[in-house]
Formats: sequence, C-alpha cells, structure tokens
Amino acid sequence: MAAYILKRLLALVPVLLGLTLIVFLIMAAIPGDPATAILGSYATPENVERLNQQLGLNRPLPEQYLLWLGNLLEGDFGRSYSLNRPVLDEVLERFSATLILAGSALILASIFGLLAGIVSAVRQFGWTDRIVTFFVLIGLSTPSFFLGLLLILVFAVNLGLLPASGMYAIYGGGDLPDLLRHLLLPAVTLAVVATGVIARLTRTAMLEVLRQDYIRTARAKGLSERRVVYLHAAKAALVAVVPVIGIQAGFVLGGAVYIETVFQWPGIGAMLVKAISTRDILLVQGGVLVVAASYVLFNLAADVAQSSLDPRLRR
Amino acid sequence: MSSSAASQGRVSALGLLLNNRLATAGLVVLVTILLLALIAPLLPLLDPNATSPANRLLPPLSDGHLLGTDALGRDLLSRLLHGARVSIAVGVSATLIAAFFGSLIGLLSGYARGWADSLMMRGIDMLMAFPYILLALAIVAVLGPGLINALYAIALINIPFFARNIRGVTLGLARREFIDAARLSGKSRAAILFTEILPNVLPIIVITMSTTIGWMILETAGLSFLGLGAQPPQADLGSMLGDGRSVLFNAPHVAIIPGVLIFLLVMSINLLGDGIRDVLDPRLKSGALARPMARTAVERESVPEKPATAKDAVLSLSGLRTAFGLGQRQIEAISGIDLHIGRQECLGLVGESGSGKSITAMSIMGLVPTPPGRIVGGSIYFQGEDLLEANDRRIRELRGGPVSHVFQDPLTTLHPLFTVGDQLVEAIRAHQPLRRPQAEKKAEELLELVRIPNPRRRLQAYPHELSGGMRQRVCIAMALANDAELIIADEPTTALDVTVQAQILMLMNKLRHEKETSILFITHDFGVISALSDRVAVMYAGQIVESGPTKEVLESPAHPYTRKLIDCVPVLGQGDRQLDAIEGGPPATGERPPGCAFAPRCAFARDACKRGEIALQPLDAEREVRCLFPLDVKREALVHA
Ligand code: SF4
Repeated sequence: MAAYILKRLLALVPVLLGLTLIVFLIMAAIPGDPATAILGSYATPENVERLNQQLGLNRPLPEQYLLWLGNLLEGDFGRSYSLNRPVLDEVLERFSATLILAGSALILASIFGLLAGIVSAVRQFGWTDRIVTFFVLIGLSTPSFFLGLLLILVFAVNLGLLPASGMYAIYGGGDLPDLLRHLLLPAVTLAVVATGVIARLTRTAMLEVLRQDYIRTARAKGLSERRVVYLHAAKAALVAVVPVIGIQAGFVLGGAVYIETVFQWPGIGAMLVKAISTRDILLVQGGVLVVAASYVLFNLAADVAQSSLDPRLRR
Repeated sequence: MSSSAASQGRVSALGLLLNNRLATAGLVVLVTILLLALIAPLLPLLDPNATSPANRLLPPLSDGHLLGTDALGRDLLSRLLHGARVSIAVGVSATLIAAFFGSLIGLLSGYARGWADSLMMRGIDMLMAFPYILLALAIVAVLGPGLINALYAIALINIPFFARNIRGVTLGLARREFIDAARLSGKSRAAILFTEILPNVLPIIVITMSTTIGWMILETAGLSFLGLGAQPPQADLGSMLGDGRSVLFNAPHVAIIPGVLIFLLVMSINLLGDGIRDVLDPRLKSGALARPMARTAVERESVPEKPATAKDAVLSLSGLRTAFGLGQRQIEAISGIDLHIGRQECLGLVGESGSGKSITAMSIMGLVPTPPGRIVGGSIYFQGEDLLEANDRRIRELRGGPVSHVFQDPLTTLHPLFTVGDQLVEAIRAHQPLRRPQAEKKAEELLELVRIPNPRRRLQAYPHELSGGMRQRVCIAMALANDAELIIADEPTTALDVTVQAQILMLMNKLRHEKETSILFITHDFGVISALSDRVAVMYAGQIVESGPTKEVLESPAHPYTRKLIDCVPVLGQGDRQLDAIEGGPPATGERPPGCAFAPRCAFARDACKRGEIALQPLDAEREVRCLFPLDVKREALVHA
C-alpha cells in the first residue's frame, strides 16, 4: 500500500506541472501589457519596468514560464497589489476557511448521498425511491446560489435560527459551536448538488452490483438479506462511488465560489471574485493554483481510498 | 426502404419520449419558457430598463406590475422575460461552441489515434484536472468581466466533456467493418470522418448537449450573479438574482422570481435530457436495471399434491415451471420438470446452454432473480419439506446449510473484495454458533480437505490472487462448510481448463462418498457426467427429454438429441467446442414449436412429431424418454439402410 501511494504521488508531478502550464498560458493571454495588468492601472512606469525585469516579461514565453515556475517553487507567488501583501500568505489564510466549508460539504454529501442511494436502490420503485429520486432531481436543478438565498431567508431572516453570514460572530464568537452555527447553512447549501450526484450514482452502482454473481453466492450461503445488501453489495458499490466523490470535490471547491459570496464566508472563492473585480491578476493566479492543486490531492485521496477497498487495484 | 424505416424510427423515438411523463412535463415547461422569451419583444411589456424611483420594490400583483418592481422601480416581469432571453441565448451559444470544438477534437483524436490522439487527450485531461468553475473564473479574470467573456469561459470549460465522449465513440466506430469498407472504396480520410463517422456520432453529441446545456445555463447565471457576467444595464437571470440579493431582507421577491425561473429552466432541461437519453441510449435507462429480490417469487395458480417420490428422495421436483416476464409477455424457461435425487445419489442434468438446466437448478433454492423470473407452477420438496411453501427464514437456514451451491465461474462468484478466509468464515458462522477463531480453524480444515496447500496462508488471499482451480476448490470448501446433504453444482468445471477439470471432478467424487452427500450436477458435457453421476437427465428447450442410469443412457441413448450430445464428446472435458457440431440451435425460449421441440433438428422427425405435446414415457423401470420414435439399434439400422 505504501508503495502504491508513493507511486501515485510521483504520478502527481506531471499533473501539477500541467496545472501550472495551463494557468500560465491563460495568464499569458491577458490582453495589453501584463505588467500594467499585474500592478493595476495606477502603476508608475518605474514599477512596471522593475516587474518586467523581475518576471522576464520581455523574454520568450518558455523562458518566462520556467522563471515563473522557479518562483512558485520557492514559494514566491508574487505580491497582491490590491491587498499589498504576498499572494501566498493571503491565499493560504483564505484556503483554510474554504477547506472547512468544502470539507464539511463533501462529508455531508458523501454520507447522505450514499445513504440515499443505497436505500433508494434497495427500495427500487418504492416510495422511498421515488422521494429520493424527486429530491435528487430538485437538488440538481436548483442553482446553489439561489438555494443559499432561500435558506438565509427561511432560517436566518424568518426563523432567526442561524446566522446568515460570516464564519464567526463578530462579538464574542470564535469557538467551535460558533463556527458550527455559521457553517451549517453554507455547508448544507454547498452539499446539495454533490449529494444528488452521489445518490444517483450510488443507486445505479447498487443496482448493478446486486445483479452480480457474488451476490447470488452470498444469498446461496444463507446470509441475511441485510448482510447481503449492506455489507456485500454496499462495499462493492462503494468502490464505484469513491472516485465520483473525488470528482465531486472539484465541484464542491468550485461551488464554494458562489456559496462563500452568498454567505460572506472568508474563503478563497469570495477572495477570487473580489480579486477579479479589482483585476488583481496575481491573486487570482495564486488562488486558482492552490485550489486546483488541492483538487488534485482530493482525487489522489479518493484513489487511495478506492484501492484500499479493492485489493485488485493495489498494484 | 431505409428512409421509411428511419422516419418510422424517428416517430417512435418521439413517441417514446412522450411516453415518459416527466420528460413530457419538462418539454411543456421548456417550450413555454422558450416561447415567452422568444416573443417577449412583441408582448405589451414595459421597458425592462425604465427606472421609476417612485415605484421601488413594489410587491407582485401590484397595479401595472404583475410581478412587482426591483430596487430601481423597473418592471420585474419585463426584466424577467428579457433576462431569460439573454440567459437562454448565452447557454445555447455556449453549448453550441463547446459541442462544436469538443466534438471536433474528439472526432480527430479518436480517428487519428497515435501521438496526435494522446497529445490532445493529455491536454483535455489537464483541463479536467481543474475544478470546473475555477477555470472559468481564471479566464474571466484575464478577459475581464462581461457576458461574452463569461460565455467563452463556460464554453471552454465544457469542451473536455464533449471531446472525451465523442472520442470514445469514434474510437469504437473507427474499428468497425463499414469504416474499413469505406477506406477500401477509396474515400479520403476527411470524407470518411464526416460522412461515415459523424452521422453515427451525432446521437452522442446530442446526448452530451442535453446533459451539459443545463449546466451551462446555471454556470453563466452563476457568473452573472457574482457580477462577472452580464454588466448593467444588460441583465440576465443571474444578474437579476444578484440584484435581488441586496434587497433580500425587505423585498425577497426580487431575488426569488428570477431564481425560480432559473430553477424551472434547468429542471425542464434536465427532465427532457433524461428522457432523450433514455430514448437514444436505452442501455442507460434507469428502469432497465431491476433489483433482484432475495428469493424467487412463487406465483402458482394451484398448489399441486405432494408427489410420491417426495417421501424418500432428498430432492424431488414435480411439474416445476419457471417463467420470465419480458415486458407484457411471459416466457416459460422450464415447463414441467420432474426430477428426484435419492440419498447419496449424483444426478447429472445435461443440456446445451439455454436448455433451462441452470434455471431448474437455481429455482430449487429460489435463486432465480425476481424480477424478471418467477416460479409459476409445480412443486419442490427437499427431504419431504415443501420448499415453495417454506418461509424466507427457513429458506435462509437451508441455503448454505443442508443445501449448498457451487457455481460456474469462481472468479465472479466469490466476492472480489473479501479474503477467501473471510468468506469461508462467514459461510460457517451463518449456520454454526462458532466464535471467529474457531470458525477460522474450521475454514483452514476445509481448505485442507479440498487439497489446498498452505491453507493458513491461503485464508488471507483474495480470490483474484488464486488460480482458477484453487478458487473453485475454495467454492467447494464453502459448499462443504456446513455438512450439506445436497450440493447443487452448476457447471462447476466449465470455466476451468481440462486438467484442472479432471482434478476438480475427482475431488468432488471423492468428497461426495466421504461426506455422503447427494449432488445435482449441471453440465452441458456428457464427458463430465460419466465421471461422476449415477443417473442422468437430459434437458432440451425447458423440458426433460430423457432420463435413466448414466451407464445405460450413455451406451444406448433413446432420444435422438441425447445421441447427438454423446456423439459430440470424444474426450473427457472437451465438450464445449464439439457441441456446436449439432447443426442448428435450440429454439429460443418461448418459441418452442408445437409437438417435439427437437423436430427441426432431428434426423428422424416425421409429421406425427409436429402435432401435439409428446409425453415423457417410460422405456423400462428406470428409463424415460420424450420421443415418439425412440432410438434402438434396430431402427437405426432401418433408417441408415
Ligand atoms: S419425437 Fe420425433 S422429432 Fe422429436 S426427437 Fe423423437 S423422432 Fe425426433
């Protein structure tokens, strides 16, 4: 297993390089003078000149890329002109908030998605199945940012049960219960779509697995139906669903952009939106890179989880 | 002819779509929204951008403003319809752009193969390594906020979905014969790509469009909501929702109205998309995969009397009929099977695949999947106990206990994710009140019994780590775990190679005498039968056509079909290929001709054979045959003369 993980980690290197290349190419497509774009429109000619030197912006693209990559590896993501602080500091600070939000959403989505999918497969064509299918359909069609607004209206405005925005109360908050209270609405909102996708796939996977020969064997052994469904079938279905959970991590991380804006969660998504409107290119670049890299790691985790479930994949 | 067939296909596809109630609802909602959006400029609406500070935030149903007004006093109904126009136009354009470029990449990549393919696919993989919307944000960041830029960004991030799907299909198509034929006929590569492959890929493009367009509308609305898409005074549904957010607390309708419309739009597209997918790609249809129940359903019209053989026989089937429901039709896979197995007896049940022998075997313990299968008649007695009347708990006690199974392919019948040891221990503990260490000990003994070297270590192995023969030994060990009185072995040696087959047969024969178990042995191979079974029953088209002591049947078969089966087997265990030597095949299930089912393939068939049902008639005390003109040496000489 350790060898397998090591192999997968090594395989990450080209993927991460590819990520940087794509981000670099997108940024290279900036219309007009890149140095001005990076420094903002009030930059002095001297500053522009200095940045051109520093980033090698006058040199050919491949050279620029290597220079830029070298800087990244040294932890130098540049300086955000709008915040006047190093990009990496800001990005990492924001990212921890995003990780809390996206992580809890993913956990919620996995738990409820798997449960709903399994139950709905077991009760195929029954009422539970129909209700689950109905909610999945609704969940997949509701824009998360709209759902967020609705939840704020109901739970924060009308019922006054939960806070509508932020990560901690401004006065007297800061502890874990306070965090959880603030987390509940955005995490649920963010989890809805992923829950739907996971539930749908789990249902299909369960139905597929329940037709396999080894399920017939399990029944022929005289096992209880509960054991057949919730151990033999569910474990096999999980193998098929785990990579999907990994992929959903990407949608959850991306969806955080909306949810953080709606709930004013101090995460990287809200930061990106602000950075785009202030045209703080380096901040956008750093944020995108860090989130994309974390997505790659989520997928790796899903791979490892999958192969720890399925011995046939450990090679 | 082909064009009429095609148009017919189209009509029925639309019919199928309309049959799906949800898809129809989706279609109706979608068409309504599209129509309203389309004719919005013709409707007597107020100017969507005319502000009127006096009429700020009017609630819905106000005078002159059906849906109320927003924070600047603009009419929401008018803005809604105009906004929908923009949102739909952007979503459709983005879909078309993504479909065009994505499909092009997929087609070229799948058709070119080689380095060009891998280069393009690596690029696509890289794009997919990003969280979906993040890439769009990066692009918008570079191009600057704005509706057109958002459109480009959304289109671009959806290209990989098309490229991947289309490439997969193209790869498959490029290998097909009609492509080779086109190539040989001198068509250029481009011509083949666009005249031969593209038309076949089109349904997949449509399916992918129907799945992505909802997403694209959602995501463009999302970008506008964030203020990165439509810029004022231009408005789409997303930016209206964004506007509504700032007055959420005192005038929630300003946000709710555009939100609901986005929801309706996306949901109707999703419903319709699901419907389209079901029609174009029926394999994916959600209902196609029905979940098999724990036990075969029993739906007998009448409960037959207990047959006389049921008393002393270990197993006794009489008049057993199992059917499959295919749509409205019900097809009988076995019709009226009578069998009995005595103590310590091994009965071989022989027949080609599709003869119903496995269905017969799986019916006994209710292992025929329901749906679609169910037992519609007859009775099954195990040691005098009526199995079709037994409750589920009793059946569970019997399964894997007194009655155990060995199946055909041990690679698929053992659970791939549990160790052999876990599976054995589980089988033991399902029927014996043992603690885990004791059960493990017992499992080890079982592996030793079936001659698996190094049993203790083998317990830790997963099925895929063992050879085919070893796996089948494990299955046999499992069948012996609880001292079964009857083992139902369904082609247990078919998936194995010949030498291993012989070993497994010897092992089973030896264990059967040691353990004094009865066996129902299902096979298509007479060679295998002779090695093991005392008596044999031959099945054809869901019926038993001959039965008797193995030796006698082998030496002088009475049914022409039995004769053919025996002739096909020169060497032990090599029956598989040889069986094709009987020209023709068994009739498709449910299409049994009147009279003798074997008549179309029988060299001795006469008119009488094709007239009414032919009964199973005794030849002597121990043999029965279902043939009007049973073979004997004399008659064969007559025919050949
Ligand atoms: S009944 Fe007639 S057709 Fe059928 S097997 Fe006998 S001889 Fe052949």
